[in-house]
Amino acid sequence: MANESWLWVLEERIPSVTKEGSATLDKLLTELKNQQWPDQDVFAIHLSLEEAIVNAILHGNSGDPEKQVEITFQVSETELRVEIIDEGSGFNPDALPDPTADENLEKPSGRGVMLMRHYMDHVQYSKAGNQVVMVKKRS
Amino acid sequence: MADYRQISVTETDGVSVVRFNDQRILDAGSIQQLGEDLFQLVEAEERDKLLLNFTDVEFLSSAALNRLIMLDKKVKESNGVLKFCCICSGIMDVFAITRLDKHFEILDDEPAAIASF
Repeated sequence: MANESWLWVLEERIPSVTKEGSATLDKLLTELKNQQWPDQDVFAIHLSLEEAIVNAILHGNSGDPEKQVEITFQVSETELRVEIIDEGSGFNPDALPDPTADENLEKPSGRGVMLMRHYMDHVQYSKAGNQVVMVKKRS
Repeated sequence: MADYRQISVTETDGVSVVRFNDQRILDAGSIQQLGEDLFQLVEAEERDKLLLNFTDVEFLSSAALNRLIMLDKKVKESNGVLKFCCICSGIMDVFAITRLDKHFEILDDEPAAIASF
């Protein structure tokens, strides 16, 4: 990935407001459509990043608009790389309950991270748990 | 006349058919409002046969799924019935990945769904 030739890069620091996150994400989605990424890839990316950005804003930064979320998108001909950093104390994604287990089906937690892991090719949280890097290969 | 912001509701053969006003049920404020609208159907209006029609809904986040699970609990607590219909393939995949396709009763089209109550 270090040798990837990026065609488009966006780096933004946004306040912890979900509408701000959606606006940043919309810029990426517009770029992917301009580069004619397949619809199913755009759907997967849209869903995964919405989950990740909302997690950073509402869970990481507790919705405190004084706290910032750093978002970096890098798009090449063959892949998208995303990095999202919040100011929270982080969390352990491996400690989330399996949302598909019978006993957890009605519980609210774990479904967003599970969808991210399903739809993206690579999802890696930092050890501190307040930074996530995701990669999606173009179909 | 009830005032909803995220949904519209019609009545057919005793079934309350709910449609969503937004194609994308994503934004936190909209999801909060959606939950309030849906819960009002059960708690304030005491509707006991609910069909959620997902026609034109393109997108659904996990937070929206959580509201649907909460709605299902409320409907069951009041001995009502909740069913879904007209879910596009992309969203159907989301239900399948999360195994919620087994939790909810999902039918292909609205007439068949209404007839099944």
